[in-house]
Amino acid sequence: MLKNRIIPCLDVKNGRVVKGINFIHLKDAGDPVEQAKIYSDGGADEICFLDITASNENRDTIYEVVEKTSKKCFVPLTVGGGVRSIDDINKLLNCGADKVSINTAAVQNSKVVEDSSRKFGSQCIVVAIDAKRIDDGWEIFTHGGRNPTGINALEFASKMEKCGAGELLVTSMDKDGTQSGYDIELMQKISSMVNIPVIASGGVGTLDHLVDGIKSGASAVLAASIFHYGTYSVNEAKQYLASKDIPVRI
Amino acid sequence: MDVTIVDYKSGNISSVINSFKEVAKNKVNIEVTSDLNKIKSSDKVVLPGQGSFKSCIDSLKGINGLIDTLSDFALNNRKPILGICVGLQMFADVGYEEVETKGLGWISGKVSKIDNQNGKYKLPHIGWNEINIIKDSKIFKGIDNNSHMYFVHSYQFIPDDNSVTVATTDYASNIVCAIENENIFGTQFHPEKSDKIGLKIIDNFINL
Repeated sequence: MLKNRIIPCLDVKNGRVVKGINFIHLKDAGDPVEQAKIYSDGGADEICFLDITASNENRDTIYEVVEKTSKKCFVPLTVGGGVRSIDDINKLLNCGADKVSINTAAVQNSKVVEDSSRKFGSQCIVVAIDAKRIDDGWEIFTHGGRNPTGINALEFASKMEKCGAGELLVTSMDKDGTQSGYDIELMQKISSMVNIPVIASGGVGTLDHLVDGIKSGASAVLAASIFHYGTYSVNEAKQYLASKDIPVRI
Repeated sequence: MDVTIVDYKSGNISSVINSFKEVAKNKVNIEVTSDLNKIKSSDKVVLPGQGSFKSCIDSLKGINGLIDTLSDFALNNRKPILGICVGLQMFADVGYEEVETKGLGWISGKVSKIDNQNGKYKLPHIGWNEINIIKDSKIFKGIDNNSHMYFVHSYQFIPDDNSVTVATTDYASNIVCAIENENIFGTQFHPEKSDKIGLKIIDNFINL
């Protein structure tokens, strides 16, 4: 039986780990390579790096981080943030990333998703959707949650599936950093609409939130703070899910 | 000993390289090449594969003499070869991803899309799934039945003769996830991404 995945995410800036509260305020805390190794030793099903390095001159720091991590961690590694082109994807994969997540570029030009999934295979193309509640649904935001687009999140999710995305990483902008749980309705809507796996993201504060995420239909749950600040270990999270009859790899 | 990972410019093989180097340490030489002479003279060959069946076959064909060299290695010299994911799938006669494409034909069978039962199962089949070991295999030495392996695929290898199947996994149906036919080995899952247990399979292959 296929198990539900727990994916710890590390926000990386200039080669160092940080974690944002609502994407804006950042705290520094540690070496991403070491942190990733702790997660994979602890039973993480995958590792996710989100590169939030703003300046172009420091963009290369992520490549080094990915290269070092991939020599130490033998579970899948997803890298996102600032991925604009086929060339960026190629570089990350060559450094040892197994999947690349595309956010802003996918919204601006869906052809990037089409071309990259054809070139590298759907299995390594994750489309990251940052969605915020509006009156009658959810709207897509880009550039790390700063820019509204007027695009309906559900329609976009469906479009990305058709373009060849292998997975969707769905983050609720309203919930991210609040530790009040995933936007369950959003996860339910998107999971039931698409036939590709959905990774729920944004808002985890307790282990019950992970349970809720899986129950919403997501195939995987992503969390940053609870693992990063040591509130729970990955193993504790898995044991808890197992105790709630959610199939996980232990 | 020399183990060659065939680099035929298809998909991302850095994880395969990293994992083999990790297991080999300095005891075994890991080559990453498409050089025909190096492949011929190596003791073992690893054939990775990412992307579609067709794109992988096209890439193999793109390197002059590569398919003949690999076939010679596997079928005439009968030296150990390990196919991973689409690398395994290409052993089949035919694949149906994108368009019908002729495979290497080393193990008779076909590669078809997993039946997702009208959307009941999401595709790709991504994540950790248990393997049911149905037959002893040299690459499963020290591997417990129901171990978890990491999968990412939408297509499955369906061999004509089930005696080559050494493990299956359950996703929508019983999917063949490892085969052994004398010197030819293959895994649908990614041992290079399956943590310590996956590295053990790589170790078993290197130490055949």
